[in-house]
Amino acid sequence: MAAVAEFDSVGLRYGTGAEVLRDLDFRLRTGSFYFLTGPSGAGKTSLLKLLYLAQRPTRGRIKLFGEELSEAPRDDLPPFRRRIGVVFQDFRLIRHLSAFDNVALPLRVAGAADEDVEGPVREMLAWVGLADRASARPPTLSGGEQQRVAIARAVINRPELLVADEPTGNVDADMANRLMGLFTAMNRLGTTVVVATHDVGLISATPGAQLIRLENGTLVDPTGTLRNPPGAPRGKS
Amino acid sequence: MFDWLFVSPAERRLLGAPRFGGPTPWVIAIMSFSIMLIAATGLALASTASLMSQAIESRYTLQVPGGAANLDALVQAVRSSPGVTSVEAVPESDMRQTLKRWLGPAAESADLPVPALVDFDASAGANLTALQRRAAVIAPGAQVVAHRDSVGPLLHSLHLLQWVAFGLVVLLSIAASAAVVLAARGALDTHRFTIEVMHGIGATDLQVTHLFQRKILIDALVGSLAGAAAAAVVLLLLASGAALAGELTGGATLGVIDLIVLALLPFALTVLATWVARTAVLRSLRKAL
Repeated sequence: MAAVAEFDSVGLRYGTGAEVLRDLDFRLRTGSFYFLTGPSGAGKTSLLKLLYLAQRPTRGRIKLFGEELSEAPRDDLPPFRRRIGVVFQDFRLIRHLSAFDNVALPLRVAGAADEDVEGPVREMLAWVGLADRASARPPTLSGGEQQRVAIARAVINRPELLVADEPTGNVDADMANRLMGLFTAMNRLGTTVVVATHDVGLISATPGAQLIRLENGTLVDPTGTLRNPPGAPRGKS
Repeated sequence: MFDWLFVSPAERRLLGAPRFGGPTPWVIAIMSFSIMLIAATGLALASTASLMSQAIESRYTLQVPGGAANLDALVQAVRSSPGVTSVEAVPESDMRQTLKRWLGPAAESADLPVPALVDFDASAGANLTALQRRAAVIAPGAQVVAHRDSVGPLLHSLHLLQWVAFGLVVLLSIAASAAVVLAARGALDTHRFTIEVMHGIGATDLQVTHLFQRKILIDALVGSLAGAAAAAVVLLLLASGAALAGELTGGATLGVIDLIVLALLPFALTVLATWVARTAVLRSLRKAL
Protein backbone atom coordinates (compact mmCIF):
# COMPACT_ATOMS: atom_id res chain seq x y z
CA MET A 1 0.00 0.00 0.00
CA ALA A 2 1.28 3.51 -0.80
CA ALA A 3 2.69 5.69 1.94
CA VAL A 4 1.24 9.14 2.53
CA ALA A 5 4.38 10.10 4.48
CA GLU A 6 7.89 8.67 4.54
CA PHE A 7 10.51 9.79 7.04
CA ASP A 8 14.09 8.79 6.29
CA SER A 9 16.74 9.45 9.01
CA VAL A 10 14.97 12.67 9.93
CA GLY A 11 16.39 14.93 12.61
CA LEU A 12 15.17 18.32 13.84
CA ARG A 13 16.74 20.95 16.00
CA TYR A 14 15.59 24.48 16.73
CA GLY A 15 18.35 27.04 16.25
CA THR A 16 21.59 25.83 17.78
CA GLY A 17 19.91 23.72 20.47
CA ALA A 18 20.07 19.95 20.82
CA GLU A 19 18.09 17.77 18.42
CA VAL A 20 14.48 17.42 19.54
CA LEU A 21 13.88 14.65 17.01
CA ARG A 22 16.51 12.09 16.02
CA ASP A 23 16.80 9.41 13.38
CA LEU A 24 13.13 9.11 12.59
CA ASP A 25 12.51 6.32 10.09
CA PHE A 26 8.90 5.44 9.43
CA ARG A 27 6.11 5.39 6.91
CA LEU A 28 2.46 6.27 7.28
CA ARG A 29 0.31 4.10 5.08
CA THR A 30 -2.35 5.85 3.06
CA GLY A 31 -5.75 5.40 4.66
CA SER A 32 -4.47 4.32 8.06
CA PHE A 33 -5.27 5.68 11.50
CA TYR A 34 -2.38 6.50 13.85
CA PHE A 35 -2.16 7.64 17.42
CA LEU A 36 1.02 9.51 18.34
CA THR A 37 1.84 9.12 22.00
CA GLY A 38 4.69 9.77 24.34
CA PRO A 39 5.52 11.77 27.43
CA SER A 40 5.43 15.56 27.41
CA GLY A 41 8.50 16.96 25.68
CA ALA A 42 9.05 13.77 23.67
CA GLY A 43 8.70 15.72 20.42
CA LYS A 44 5.12 14.91 19.39
CA THR A 45 4.24 18.48 18.38
CA SER A 46 7.56 18.84 16.52
CA LEU A 47 6.87 15.65 14.61
CA LEU A 48 3.41 16.91 13.70
CA LYS A 49 4.93 20.21 12.52
CA LEU A 50 7.13 18.26 10.13
CA LEU A 51 4.06 16.39 8.93
CA TYR A 52 2.00 19.48 8.20
CA LEU A 53 4.95 21.32 6.64
CA ALA A 54 5.31 24.02 9.27
CA GLN A 55 8.92 23.01 9.82
CA ARG A 56 11.71 21.63 7.66
CA PRO A 57 13.91 18.83 9.01
CA THR A 58 17.49 19.80 9.79
CA ARG A 59 18.61 16.47 8.37
CA GLY A 60 17.14 13.50 6.61
CA ARG A 61 14.40 13.35 3.99
CA ILE A 62 10.63 13.61 4.20
CA LYS A 63 8.33 12.49 1.43
CA LEU A 64 4.69 13.52 1.51
CA PHE A 65 2.17 12.24 -1.01
CA GLY A 66 5.08 10.67 -2.87
CA GLU A 67 7.00 13.92 -3.26
CA GLU A 68 10.32 14.75 -1.61
CA LEU A 69 9.58 17.99 0.23
CA SER A 70 12.47 18.38 2.71
CA GLU A 71 14.18 20.95 0.53
CA ALA A 72 11.39 21.83 -1.84
CA PRO A 73 11.12 25.54 -2.71
CA ARG A 74 8.65 27.24 -0.38
CA ASP A 75 6.47 28.25 -3.34
CA ASP A 76 5.87 24.55 -4.01
CA LEU A 77 4.49 23.85 -0.54
CA PRO A 78 0.98 25.50 -0.54
CA PRO A 79 -0.64 22.86 -2.80
CA PHE A 80 0.59 20.14 -0.44
CA ARG A 81 -0.60 22.03 2.63
CA ARG A 82 -4.09 22.17 1.12
CA ARG A 83 -4.13 18.37 1.16
CA ILE A 84 -3.48 18.36 4.91
CA GLY A 85 -5.97 19.24 7.63
CA VAL A 86 -4.53 20.35 10.95
CA VAL A 87 -6.16 20.61 14.37
CA PHE A 88 -3.87 22.65 16.58
CA GLN A 89 -3.59 22.22 20.31
CA ASP A 90 -4.21 25.95 20.77
CA PHE A 91 -6.93 25.98 18.07
CA ARG A 92 -5.31 28.79 16.07
CA LEU A 93 -8.61 30.41 15.18
CA ILE A 94 -8.57 33.93 13.79
CA ARG A 95 -10.13 36.00 16.55
CA HIS A 96 -11.79 38.68 14.45
CA LEU A 97 -13.47 36.21 12.09
CA SER A 98 -16.75 34.47 12.86
CA ALA A 99 -16.89 30.70 13.37
CA PHE A 100 -18.37 30.49 9.87
CA ASP A 101 -15.50 32.46 8.29
CA ASN A 102 -12.89 30.45 10.21
CA VAL A 103 -14.33 27.17 8.95
CA ALA A 104 -14.72 28.57 5.43
CA LEU A 105 -11.11 29.75 5.24
CA PRO A 106 -9.57 26.58 3.71
CA LEU A 107 -12.27 26.51 1.02
CA ARG A 108 -11.69 30.18 0.18
CA VAL A 109 -7.92 29.77 0.13
CA ALA A 110 -8.44 26.87 -2.27
CA GLY A 111 -10.40 29.23 -4.53
CA ALA A 112 -13.98 28.10 -3.86
CA ALA A 113 -16.68 30.57 -4.89
CA ASP A 114 -18.89 32.03 -2.15
CA GLU A 115 -21.91 30.02 -3.32
CA ASP A 116 -19.88 26.81 -2.96
CA VAL A 117 -18.80 27.70 0.57
CA GLU A 118 -22.11 28.36 2.30
CA GLY A 119 -23.59 24.83 2.18
CA PRO A 120 -20.57 22.77 3.24
CA VAL A 121 -19.67 25.17 6.05
CA ARG A 122 -23.23 25.21 7.47
CA GLU A 123 -23.29 21.42 7.24
CA MET A 124 -19.95 21.07 9.00
CA LEU A 125 -20.92 23.52 11.75
CA ALA A 126 -24.14 21.59 12.28
CA TRP A 127 -22.17 18.37 12.51
CA VAL A 128 -19.94 19.71 15.29
CA GLY A 129 -23.02 21.10 17.05
CA LEU A 130 -22.36 24.77 16.36
CA ALA A 131 -25.04 25.58 13.77
CA ASP A 132 -26.45 28.33 15.96
CA ARG A 133 -23.01 29.79 16.73
CA ALA A 134 -21.96 30.41 13.13
CA SER A 135 -21.67 34.15 13.53
CA ALA A 136 -19.95 34.02 16.94
CA ARG A 137 -16.32 35.05 17.15
CA PRO A 138 -13.77 32.80 18.89
CA PRO A 139 -13.36 34.97 22.02
CA THR A 140 -17.07 34.51 22.72
CA LEU A 141 -16.88 30.72 22.35
CA SER A 142 -15.95 28.27 25.10
CA GLY A 143 -12.75 26.22 24.82
CA GLY A 144 -14.72 23.20 23.67
CA GLU A 145 -16.60 25.21 21.06
CA GLN A 146 -13.35 26.68 19.75
CA GLN A 147 -11.93 23.17 19.54
CA ARG A 148 -14.91 22.07 17.45
CA VAL A 149 -14.56 25.07 15.14
CA ALA A 150 -10.88 24.20 14.72
CA ILE A 151 -11.77 20.60 13.86
CA ALA A 152 -14.45 21.70 11.42
CA ARG A 153 -11.89 23.94 9.71
CA ALA A 154 -9.40 21.09 9.51
CA VAL A 155 -11.78 18.64 7.83
CA ILE A 156 -13.91 20.97 5.67
CA ASN A 157 -11.63 20.41 2.68
CA ARG A 158 -11.75 16.59 3.04
CA PRO A 159 -7.97 16.43 3.44
CA GLU A 160 -5.94 13.38 2.45
CA LEU A 161 -3.96 13.65 5.68
CA LEU A 162 -5.51 14.83 8.93
CA VAL A 163 -3.13 15.79 11.72
CA ALA A 164 -4.54 16.57 15.16
CA ASP A 165 -2.69 17.67 18.27
CA GLU A 166 -4.71 16.74 21.39
CA PRO A 167 -7.99 17.33 19.56
CA THR A 168 -10.21 16.22 22.41
CA GLY A 169 -8.36 17.99 25.19
CA ASN A 170 -11.03 20.64 25.69
CA VAL A 171 -14.26 18.77 25.02
CA ASP A 172 -16.43 16.53 27.17
CA ALA A 173 -16.48 12.76 26.76
CA ASP A 174 -19.60 12.78 24.61
CA MET A 175 -18.18 15.38 22.18
CA ALA A 176 -14.82 13.57 22.23
CA ASN A 177 -16.56 10.41 21.04
CA ARG A 178 -18.43 12.33 18.33
CA LEU A 179 -15.22 13.94 17.11
CA MET A 180 -13.40 10.63 17.07
CA GLY A 181 -16.39 9.26 15.18
CA LEU A 182 -15.85 12.03 12.60
CA PHE A 183 -12.15 11.18 12.34
CA THR A 184 -12.94 7.49 11.97
CA ALA A 185 -15.55 8.23 9.32
CA MET A 186 -13.04 10.35 7.40
CA ASN A 187 -10.49 7.59 7.77
CA ARG A 188 -12.96 5.11 6.27
CA LEU A 189 -13.32 7.46 3.31
CA GLY A 190 -9.58 7.25 2.75
CA THR A 191 -8.10 10.05 4.86
CA THR A 192 -4.95 9.14 6.75
CA VAL A 193 -5.37 10.32 10.34
CA VAL A 194 -2.62 11.08 12.86
CA VAL A 195 -3.79 12.06 16.33
CA ALA A 196 -1.37 13.08 19.05
CA THR A 197 -2.94 12.31 22.41
CA HIS A 198 -2.35 11.26 26.00
CA ASP A 199 -5.87 9.87 26.27
CA VAL A 200 -5.54 6.10 26.59
CA GLY A 201 -9.31 5.70 26.56
CA LEU A 202 -9.45 7.35 23.18
CA ILE A 203 -6.81 4.99 21.81
CA SER A 204 -8.50 1.87 23.12
CA ALA A 205 -11.85 3.05 21.75
CA THR A 206 -10.48 3.19 18.23
CA PRO A 207 -9.98 -0.34 16.97
CA GLY A 208 -7.53 -0.85 14.14
CA ALA A 209 -5.54 2.28 14.91
CA GLN A 210 -1.79 1.98 15.06
CA LEU A 211 0.39 3.45 17.76
CA ILE A 212 3.45 5.65 17.19
CA ARG A 213 5.37 6.19 20.38
CA LEU A 214 8.02 8.87 20.80
CA GLU A 215 10.49 8.99 23.65
CA ASN A 216 13.22 11.63 23.92
CA GLY A 217 12.82 12.54 20.27
CA THR A 218 13.23 9.02 18.95
CA LEU A 219 10.71 6.56 17.65
CA VAL A 220 9.93 3.44 19.68
CA ASP A 221 9.29 0.83 17.03
CA PRO A 222 10.41 -2.51 18.44
CA THR A 223 8.49 -4.59 15.92
CA GLY A 224 9.58 -2.51 12.92
CA THR A 225 6.02 -2.21 11.67
CA LEU A 226 6.26 1.57 11.47
CA ARG A 227 9.45 1.37 9.52
CA ASN A 228 8.14 -1.28 7.20
CA PRO A 229 4.38 -1.36 7.51
CA PRO A 230 2.61 -4.52 6.44
CA GLY A 231 1.89 -4.34 2.74
CA ALA A 232 4.52 -1.68 2.08
CA PRO A 233 7.54 -2.37 -0.12
CA ARG A 234 10.32 -3.64 2.15
CA GLY A 235 13.27 -2.06 0.46
CA LYS A 236 14.22 0.30 3.25
CA SER A 237 16.72 -0.56 5.88
CA MET B 1 -3.88 40.47 -13.46
CA PHE B 2 -6.00 42.94 -11.52
CA ASP B 3 -8.37 40.44 -9.90
CA TRP B 4 -6.81 41.31 -6.53
CA LEU B 5 -8.62 44.64 -6.76
CA PHE B 6 -11.97 42.91 -6.51
CA VAL B 7 -11.81 40.79 -3.36
CA SER B 8 -14.94 39.44 -1.72
CA PRO B 9 -16.26 40.85 1.56
CA ALA B 10 -15.07 37.62 3.23
CA GLU B 11 -11.50 38.23 2.06
CA ARG B 12 -11.74 41.84 3.21
CA ARG B 13 -12.75 40.66 6.68
CA LEU B 14 -9.50 38.70 6.96
CA LEU B 15 -7.55 41.79 7.93
CA GLY B 16 -10.19 42.85 10.42
CA ALA B 17 -10.47 46.48 11.47
CA PRO B 18 -8.77 48.96 9.13
CA ARG B 19 -5.59 49.23 11.20
CA PHE B 20 -3.52 49.48 8.03
CA GLY B 21 -5.21 52.83 7.38
CA GLY B 22 -3.93 54.79 10.34
CA PRO B 23 -1.39 57.47 9.45
CA THR B 24 -0.55 56.11 5.98
CA PRO B 25 -3.14 58.13 4.01
CA TRP B 26 -2.14 61.27 5.90
CA VAL B 27 1.57 60.80 5.22
CA ILE B 28 0.86 60.13 1.55
CA ALA B 29 -1.48 63.16 1.40
CA ILE B 30 1.28 65.44 2.73
CA MET B 31 3.78 63.95 0.29
CA SER B 32 1.33 64.28 -2.58
CA PHE B 33 0.60 67.92 -1.65
CA SER B 34 4.32 68.78 -1.54
CA ILE B 35 5.10 66.85 -4.72
CA MET B 36 2.29 68.60 -6.60
CA LEU B 37 3.42 72.09 -5.54
CA ILE B 38 7.06 71.41 -6.33
CA ALA B 39 6.24 69.74 -9.63
CA ALA B 40 3.98 72.67 -10.59
CA THR B 41 6.76 75.10 -9.73
CA GLY B 42 9.25 73.09 -11.77
CA LEU B 43 6.92 72.91 -14.76
CA ALA B 44 6.16 76.64 -14.54
CA LEU B 45 9.87 77.39 -14.44
CA ALA B 46 10.39 75.21 -17.47
CA SER B 47 7.59 77.01 -19.24
CA THR B 48 9.03 80.41 -18.33
CA ALA B 49 12.50 79.42 -19.45
CA SER B 50 11.12 78.14 -22.72
CA LEU B 51 9.10 81.30 -23.36
CA MET B 52 12.02 83.51 -22.45
CA SER B 53 14.39 81.49 -24.57
CA GLN B 54 12.08 81.75 -27.58
CA ALA B 55 11.53 85.46 -27.05
CA ILE B 56 15.20 86.39 -26.93
CA GLU B 57 16.49 83.87 -29.42
CA SER B 58 16.41 86.39 -32.31
CA ARG B 59 16.53 89.57 -30.24
CA TYR B 60 19.57 91.90 -30.37
CA THR B 61 20.49 95.40 -29.26
CA LEU B 62 22.78 97.79 -31.03
CA GLN B 63 24.31 99.95 -28.37
CA VAL B 64 26.46 103.03 -28.61
CA PRO B 65 28.00 103.65 -25.15
CA GLY B 66 28.44 107.37 -25.45
CA GLY B 67 25.12 108.00 -27.16
CA ALA B 68 24.44 108.73 -30.79
CA ALA B 69 23.74 112.12 -32.25
CA ASN B 70 22.38 110.65 -35.46
CA LEU B 71 20.08 107.96 -34.06
CA ASP B 72 17.74 108.04 -37.08
CA ALA B 73 20.58 107.21 -39.44
CA LEU B 74 21.61 104.40 -37.18
CA VAL B 75 18.06 102.99 -37.10
CA GLN B 76 17.89 103.27 -40.89
CA ALA B 77 21.20 101.42 -41.24
CA VAL B 78 19.95 98.61 -39.06
CA ARG B 79 16.59 98.37 -40.83
CA SER B 80 18.23 98.15 -44.25
CA SER B 81 20.53 95.32 -43.18
CA PRO B 82 19.63 91.90 -44.67
CA GLY B 83 17.84 89.55 -42.26
CA VAL B 84 16.57 92.24 -39.88
CA THR B 85 12.83 91.84 -39.35
CA SER B 86 12.00 94.64 -36.94
CA VAL B 87 13.77 97.65 -35.46
CA GLU B 88 12.92 99.89 -32.53
CA ALA B 89 15.01 102.68 -31.04
CA VAL B 90 14.80 103.01 -27.30
CA PRO B 91 13.93 106.68 -26.59
CA GLU B 92 16.46 108.50 -24.42
CA SER B 93 13.61 109.59 -22.13
CA ASP B 94 12.86 105.91 -21.41
CA MET B 95 16.51 105.32 -20.63
CA ARG B 96 16.64 108.25 -18.23
CA GLN B 97 13.39 107.12 -16.64
CA THR B 98 14.96 103.74 -16.00
CA LEU B 99 18.14 105.27 -14.61
CA LYS B 100 16.10 107.51 -12.35
CA ARG B 101 15.13 104.50 -10.25
CA TRP B 102 18.75 104.16 -9.17
CA LEU B 103 20.23 107.64 -9.60
CA GLY B 104 17.27 109.84 -8.71
CA PRO B 105 17.14 113.39 -10.17
CA ALA B 106 20.79 113.05 -11.24
CA ALA B 107 19.53 110.87 -14.07
CA GLU B 108 18.09 113.99 -15.72
CA SER B 109 21.51 115.68 -15.81
CA ALA B 110 22.81 116.48 -19.28
CA ASP B 111 26.28 115.58 -18.01
CA LEU B 112 25.25 111.98 -17.53
CA PRO B 113 26.23 110.01 -20.64
CA VAL B 114 23.29 107.86 -21.73
CA PRO B 115 23.97 105.15 -24.27
CA ALA B 116 21.92 104.94 -27.42
CA LEU B 117 20.09 101.67 -27.83
CA VAL B 118 18.40 100.19 -30.89
CA ASP B 119 16.55 96.94 -30.35
CA PHE B 120 16.03 94.71 -33.37
CA ASP B 121 15.06 91.20 -34.36
CA ALA B 122 17.12 89.33 -36.91
CA SER B 123 16.60 86.02 -38.63
CA ALA B 124 19.10 83.20 -38.25
CA GLY B 125 21.02 84.01 -41.44
CA ALA B 126 21.57 87.71 -40.69
CA ASN B 127 25.16 88.96 -40.99
CA LEU B 128 25.56 90.74 -37.68
CA THR B 129 29.25 91.44 -38.17
CA ALA B 130 28.49 93.44 -41.30
CA LEU B 131 25.65 95.18 -39.52
CA GLN B 132 27.93 96.20 -36.68
CA ARG B 133 30.58 97.40 -39.16
CA ARG B 134 28.01 99.61 -40.96
CA ALA B 135 26.73 101.00 -37.66
CA ALA B 136 30.25 101.77 -36.46
CA VAL B 137 30.75 103.98 -39.49
CA ILE B 138 27.75 106.07 -38.40
CA ALA B 139 28.36 105.87 -34.64
CA PRO B 140 31.88 104.84 -33.65
CA GLY B 141 31.92 102.27 -30.86
CA ALA B 142 28.54 100.83 -31.86
CA GLN B 143 28.25 97.23 -30.78
CA VAL B 144 25.71 94.43 -31.37
CA VAL B 145 24.75 92.52 -28.23
CA ALA B 146 22.70 89.29 -28.39
CA HIS B 147 20.04 89.14 -25.69
CA ARG B 148 20.60 85.41 -25.27
CA ASP B 149 24.16 86.16 -24.10
CA SER B 150 23.07 88.63 -21.44
CA VAL B 151 20.09 86.57 -20.23
CA GLY B 152 22.03 83.29 -20.46
CA PRO B 153 22.95 83.11 -16.74
CA LEU B 154 19.30 83.67 -15.77
CA LEU B 155 18.17 80.88 -18.12
CA HIS B 156 20.86 78.65 -16.70
CA SER B 157 19.56 79.34 -13.18
CA LEU B 158 16.01 78.56 -14.28
CA HIS B 159 17.12 75.23 -15.74
CA LEU B 160 19.01 74.49 -12.54
CA LEU B 161 15.89 75.22 -10.49
CA GLN B 162 13.91 72.85 -12.70
CA TRP B 163 16.32 70.06 -11.87
CA VAL B 164 16.20 70.96 -8.19
CA ALA B 165 12.39 70.68 -8.37
CA PHE B 166 12.68 67.34 -10.17
CA GLY B 167 15.15 66.11 -7.54
CA LEU B 168 12.81 67.16 -4.74
CA VAL B 169 9.92 65.30 -6.40
CA VAL B 170 12.10 62.18 -6.57
CA LEU B 171 13.23 62.58 -2.95
CA LEU B 172 9.67 63.05 -1.72
CA SER B 173 8.58 60.00 -3.70
CA ILE B 174 11.34 57.99 -2.03
CA ALA B 175 10.26 59.31 1.37
CA ALA B 176 6.64 58.32 0.60
CA SER B 177 7.87 54.86 -0.41
CA ALA B 178 9.80 54.51 2.85
CA ALA B 179 6.66 55.45 4.80
CA VAL B 180 4.72 52.81 2.87
CA VAL B 181 7.37 50.16 3.63
CA LEU B 182 7.14 50.96 7.34
CA ALA B 183 3.34 50.84 7.19
CA ALA B 184 3.45 47.51 5.35
CA ARG B 185 5.83 46.01 7.92
CA GLY B 186 3.65 47.28 10.74
CA ALA B 187 0.60 45.73 9.11
CA LEU B 188 2.43 42.43 8.70
CA ASP B 189 3.35 42.43 12.38
CA THR B 190 -0.24 43.24 13.35
CA HIS B 191 -1.59 40.41 11.21
CA ARG B 192 1.25 37.91 11.72
CA PHE B 193 -1.04 35.34 13.33
CA THR B 194 -3.60 35.53 10.52
CA ILE B 195 -0.82 35.16 7.98
CA GLU B 196 0.58 32.10 9.77
CA VAL B 197 -2.84 30.48 9.81
CA MET B 198 -3.37 31.27 6.14
CA HIS B 199 0.01 29.85 5.21
CA GLY B 200 -0.73 26.79 7.32
CA ILE B 201 -3.86 25.99 5.36
CA GLY B 202 -2.16 26.45 2.02
CA ALA B 203 -2.43 30.14 1.13
CA THR B 204 0.28 31.33 -1.23
CA ASP B 205 2.38 34.44 -0.64
CA LEU B 206 0.52 36.13 -3.47
CA GLN B 207 -2.86 35.45 -1.88
CA VAL B 208 -1.66 37.02 1.37
CA THR B 209 0.05 39.89 -0.44
CA HIS B 210 -3.06 40.77 -2.43
CA LEU B 211 -4.95 41.49 0.79
CA PHE B 212 -2.37 44.07 1.87
CA GLN B 213 -1.80 45.36 -1.64
CA ARG B 214 -5.43 46.27 -2.08
CA LYS B 215 -5.53 48.03 1.26
CA ILE B 216 -2.43 50.14 0.61
CA LEU B 217 -3.79 50.96 -2.85
CA ILE B 218 -6.93 52.42 -1.28
CA ASP B 219 -4.95 54.29 1.39
CA ALA B 220 -2.50 55.64 -1.18
CA LEU B 221 -5.23 56.66 -3.63
CA VAL B 222 -7.22 58.48 -0.96
CA GLY B 223 -4.08 60.19 0.39
CA SER B 224 -2.72 61.12 -3.05
CA LEU B 225 -6.00 62.56 -4.29
CA ALA B 226 -6.59 64.51 -1.07
CA GLY B 227 -3.07 65.97 -1.20
CA ALA B 228 -3.43 66.76 -4.90
CA ALA B 229 -6.78 68.47 -4.33
CA ALA B 230 -5.29 70.67 -1.60
CA ALA B 231 -2.34 71.51 -3.86
CA ALA B 232 -4.70 72.37 -6.71
CA VAL B 233 -6.53 74.86 -4.47
CA VAL B 234 -3.23 76.50 -3.51
CA LEU B 235 -2.13 76.68 -7.16
CA LEU B 236 -5.46 78.19 -8.21
CA LEU B 237 -5.17 80.81 -5.48
CA LEU B 238 -1.66 81.65 -6.61
CA ALA B 239 -2.62 81.80 -10.25
CA SER B 240 -5.73 83.93 -9.88
CA GLY B 241 -5.00 85.68 -6.61
CA ALA B 242 -3.31 88.87 -5.55
CA ALA B 243 -1.49 91.18 -7.90
CA LEU B 244 1.69 90.52 -6.00
CA ALA B 245 1.44 86.84 -6.79
CA GLY B 246 0.73 87.71 -10.40
CA GLU B 247 3.80 89.87 -10.64
CA LEU B 248 5.94 87.31 -8.94
CA THR B 249 4.83 84.52 -11.23
CA GLY B 250 5.15 86.82 -14.24
CA GLY B 251 4.90 84.82 -17.42
CA ALA B 252 5.07 81.52 -15.59
CA THR B 253 2.16 79.52 -16.93
CA LEU B 254 1.24 75.87 -17.11
CA GLY B 255 0.41 74.39 -20.50
CA VAL B 256 -2.06 71.61 -21.22
CA ILE B 257 0.67 68.97 -21.12
CA ASP B 258 1.88 70.34 -17.78
CA LEU B 259 -1.64 70.10 -16.38
CA ILE B 260 -1.96 66.52 -17.64
CA VAL B 261 1.37 65.64 -15.98
CA LEU B 262 0.17 67.19 -12.71
CA ALA B 263 -3.16 65.36 -12.94
CA LEU B 264 -1.34 62.04 -13.41
CA LEU B 265 1.05 62.57 -10.49
CA PRO B 266 -1.30 61.38 -7.70
CA PHE B 267 -2.04 58.22 -9.67
CA ALA B 268 1.67 57.66 -10.28
CA LEU B 269 2.27 58.06 -6.54
CA THR B 270 -0.51 55.53 -5.86
CA VAL B 271 1.00 53.02 -8.27
CA LEU B 272 4.44 53.55 -6.74
CA ALA B 273 3.11 53.08 -3.18
CA THR B 274 1.20 49.94 -4.15
CA TRP B 275 4.20 48.43 -5.91
CA VAL B 276 6.49 49.25 -2.99
CA ALA B 277 4.02 47.74 -0.50
CA ARG B 278 3.65 44.59 -2.60
CA THR B 279 7.43 44.17 -2.84
CA ALA B 280 7.91 44.81 0.90
CA VAL B 281 5.19 42.32 1.87
CA LEU B 282 6.44 39.63 -0.52
CA ARG B 283 10.00 40.02 0.77
CA SER B 284 8.87 39.76 4.38
CA LEU B 285 6.74 36.71 3.68
CA ARG B 286 9.62 34.92 2.02
CA LYS B 287 11.48 34.91 5.34
CA ALA B 288 8.88 32.50 6.75
CA LEU B 289 8.55 28.86 5.66
